[in-house]
Amino acid sequence: MDHGDTDTVKRTHYDTIIVGAGHNGLVCANYLARSGKRVLVLEAAEQCGGLAASYEFHPGFKASVAQYATHLPTQIVDDLRLTDHGYRSGNLDLVGLSPAEPPVRLNGANISGAVETDAAAFQEYHRLMDKLAQMFQPFWQKTVPPIGNNSLSEIASFAQLGLKIRMLGKQDMQEFFRIVALPMYDLLDEFVTSPVLKAMLSWDGLIGTKQAPRSPNNSVLQLLYRLQNRSEVCVDVASLVDALLGAARAAGVEIRTDAPVAKVEVESRDGPAGAAADLTATGVTLESGERIAAGQIISSADPRSTFLNLTGAEHLDIEFTNRIDRYRDRGMVTKVHLALSGVPDFSGLDQPDGRMVLAPDVETIEWAFDNAKYGELPQTPVMEVMVPSLHNSALAPAGQHVLSANVMYTPFAVRGDEASGGWSVASRAALLESVLHVLERYSPSIQSQLVGTQLLTPQDLERSHRVSGGHWHHGDFALDQLIMMRPTHGAAQYKTPIEGLMLCGAGTHPAGDLTGLPGFNAAREALK
Amino acid sequence: MSHYDAIVIGAGHNGLTNAAYLAKGGFNVMVVDKNDYIGGAAVSRELQEGWLYSSCSYVCSMMRQALHRDLDLSRHGLMLVPYLGTINFADNGDTLLSYHSEEAAYNELKRVSRHDADAMFRIQADLTRYSQLIRKTLLRTPPDPTSFKPRDISELLFLAKEFWSLGEKELYEYIRFFTLSAADFLDEYFETDIVKTSMAGAGIIGTALGVYSPGSSYILLHHVMGDVDGSIGAWGLARGGMGAISNAIASALQSHGGEIRTSAPVEQVLVKDGKAVGVALENGDVLNADIVVSNLDARRTFTKIMAKEDLPPGIYEKAKNYKIRGSSGKVNIALSGLPKFNNVPDNPYINRGGQAFSGSMETMERAYDCWKRGTWSDDPFIESVIPSAWDPTVAPAGMHWMSNFIQYCPPELADGPWTPEKRDQFGQTVIDKIERYSPGFKDLIVHMEVRTPWEIEQEIGLTEGNIFQGELTIDQLLFNRPFPGFAQYRMPIKNMYMCGSSTHPGGGVSSACGANAAREILLDLKRPNTVPEDDCYDE
Repeated sequence: MDHGDTDTVKRTHYDTIIVGAGHNGLVCANYLARSGKRVLVLEAAEQCGGLAASYEFHPGFKASVAQYATHLPTQIVDDLRLTDHGYRSGNLDLVGLSPAEPPVRLNGANISGAVETDAAAFQEYHRLMDKLAQMFQPFWQKTVPPIGNNSLSEIASFAQLGLKIRMLGKQDMQEFFRIVALPMYDLLDEFVTSPVLKAMLSWDGLIGTKQAPRSPNNSVLQLLYRLQNRSEVCVDVASLVDALLGAARAAGVEIRTDAPVAKVEVESRDGPAGAAADLTATGVTLESGERIAAGQIISSADPRSTFLNLTGAEHLDIEFTNRIDRYRDRGMVTKVHLALSGVPDFSGLDQPDGRMVLAPDVETIEWAFDNAKYGELPQTPVMEVMVPSLHNSALAPAGQHVLSANVMYTPFAVRGDEASGGWSVASRAALLESVLHVLERYSPSIQSQLVGTQLLTPQDLERSHRVSGGHWHHGDFALDQLIMMRPTHGAAQYKTPIEGLMLCGAGTHPAGDLTGLPGFNAAREALK
Repeated sequence: MSHYDAIVIGAGHNGLTNAAYLAKGGFNVMVVDKNDYIGGAAVSRELQEGWLYSSCSYVCSMMRQALHRDLDLSRHGLMLVPYLGTINFADNGDTLLSYHSEEAAYNELKRVSRHDADAMFRIQADLTRYSQLIRKTLLRTPPDPTSFKPRDISELLFLAKEFWSLGEKELYEYIRFFTLSAADFLDEYFETDIVKTSMAGAGIIGTALGVYSPGSSYILLHHVMGDVDGSIGAWGLARGGMGAISNAIASALQSHGGEIRTSAPVEQVLVKDGKAVGVALENGDVLNADIVVSNLDARRTFTKIMAKEDLPPGIYEKAKNYKIRGSSGKVNIALSGLPKFNNVPDNPYINRGGQAFSGSMETMERAYDCWKRGTWSDDPFIESVIPSAWDPTVAPAGMHWMSNFIQYCPPELADGPWTPEKRDQFGQTVIDKIERYSPGFKDLIVHMEVRTPWEIEQEIGLTEGNIFQGELTIDQLLFNRPFPGFAQYRMPIKNMYMCGSSTHPGGGVSSACGANAAREILLDLKRPNTVPEDDCYDE
């Protein structure tokens, strides 16, 4: 379905080549094409969408790795008229499940199922987090200038953030400085008491990054990033990818699939090779050997792939290469897809139509992390489960369903499995079995509904989606890898040390999830 | 009924320092302490005849030199001597020795890895640079970022200027260093586990974080930013044990006319019309004062010696939420001779430093996992020093005293509180581990004192036995310490102040907290400032 515009006459020169048709690449392509640029998107896979692409994992059953509660900013939805192109959003509850407690449901400030004191405390928690998230919101859509030797307009950017923080009021400003670095464990301890409520509230501060409930410094910011939009959630990832593709085609973007890029061509323009300032990207060479020229190359691939694989360390100075090399981008989330013969029945729920967190308490999450940090499989995995086929019936045959689970924490490579390259058949089977075992505690009949399974470890994702470390967000969401340090200084304003080569993927500010913001920001910089 | 200008609760080194500066400023000062000895956790005690145990803190490097000189502590008997480096013991029996001689140190590292030997120069240079910025803040009162007072704004600008002046690249490296885990930080420099572990211990001592926890690289810095006689990163011993520090400050205090009363536990701080007016002792005595200074930790101050109804709303809850976690144990051992260690040359200069039984990064992290689960590891991280190898005053001739600091030890066990039996099991775990590296070690033991966080809390009064009076994480540093809005040593009650390690710049025997608090008190009372500026600015 997603094969490119085969009827378009092949051009020999483009204004811009975008490497990778993930959602950020497509958002970027859309904005550039709408500004009159001739844009070619090159996608290595047979389908567009990157991690968001929906693949058939069992005959008749389709799923997307990026199935997750995701808010696309209203501005992007409106600018690109994605709704006209079929984008579907809606409401999604966060549901906390525990064998020991009744289910707790959250949606924005609404909470049900919690005890009265917790429900009241949650209101205060939500008020504070929402206020802080709204404070940050404009900065995720900005290019944050580097620190030092700033121009007046750049200083104004910092001053604006300073002013925003001031405007929180004395008390909330003080609280902000304190809680921003707290681990979820300590933060939630100050508000609520229910173990399952703590576990579900900690979830969005943790998932996707190498951090557990007791890990300080990074979780609260990640949570605030995810709370930035109060708009509706993308309930159907397939509709997002299709809408972005539809909009791109309408805007004149040329898209080629099955066109893996082997190399970004770098030329030395004004002097001998080796002097970084003189290097210019002139085009790309595909794995097929075909060479395509363009004035501008924008990579939506992760920073490690972009710089170390596609560009090559020989074109970069050693300090920059070292900084990319140390960039922390090993994923810890494994994806499990189940093909089911019917709607799974979760104890205590009428419909499994929310985003269900299967973690009875923060300790269980912490212990799973403790296993994985040594390269072991989690003894008791914790997971977030959705049934995307309830929101898009095309994902499964009539009456049947797809269950999509994000399982934490799994190592990138299992200790002891070095001989089989990281994941032995036995380890894969053991992980799948423990995932099913946990699922069975919440949905006792799930095994009997099971038609097919798919297990995608971080290593699988690295191979299948060409994303370093199999990391969802192209790199940990950590203080030192954010804002003007994402992915590292020298490449944090979307431009790179190579003239004409830019970044637009989740490894740039602001970060991952299906927000489209890196692509949006990069397009603005590319048009400057 | 007696009346004082100021009463300081707790005769630890910060309380004594605070009182010494108030006395120097002309105040009539009384320091009260619950114990029958002074010093708090900077103490030397003869628990076995002939041996002087530094039973809590055991090494010193953070004492601000400006204070040392200004209070003339040397004349009051304080002598700090640097000790030789630490021998690191790995799980597999390998050792890594460290030497003060740069050449010897380099050769030893090169034996393990040439790459790491070179990297050691890089990391030492970086650590020294990073610590210089923090050292500038130690004897300054943190600004309140929410305030518009000229002093707060100028102090904030001072910090911003110092920070900005690092330059773009350095600044980003600095942010990394502040937020990373010790493991991630060390991974960038070193390739061998034994070199990493030899550095990582400093990242976890006294803290409820693991070497893999984000934030532990700051703790590492906190432990290497001190100096002995200007040698940054060096650690020293106080001749006569850590009590010598407290005794010297107490002597300075008394020379300025201050008084100390021991065996005088405070029942409650007396508050009248929203102002502190004195303290009531447990024995019923009432001491009136214009000013009350608490050297106790923030949790204890607000939840133990103050009535909840005397506090403004919210303070009690802030104190409850203050993170002050017991994570360390201490085993003090009297030895009949100097222990010999496997794979360590029989060289008296080598054996006069410390020993770190760290094992590996994973062993250290697994010990933290045990702490999270409310138990102790059977393979804990132990940092040991044998001060008697340098200092003849702490053990009988030919005999030795060994200090062993253990990370981690939970404040309470998963199955209930500590009991004497469990405490003894914990002690056994420690000497079993040392015996593995030093066969025959147990036969040398003459006497042994085992202290879990429970004992430390009972004896010293540190909540949960936390040696820093509160975790050194970003949420509790600088203007957040102990909590936002109260980081300038003034308490929410008028005429009441804090001067312990719960305040900026935190734990370590630096005396900076006590001195900074004194400066604020003198300022409030419009007296001339007697507290010196730090003398490290031009390093």
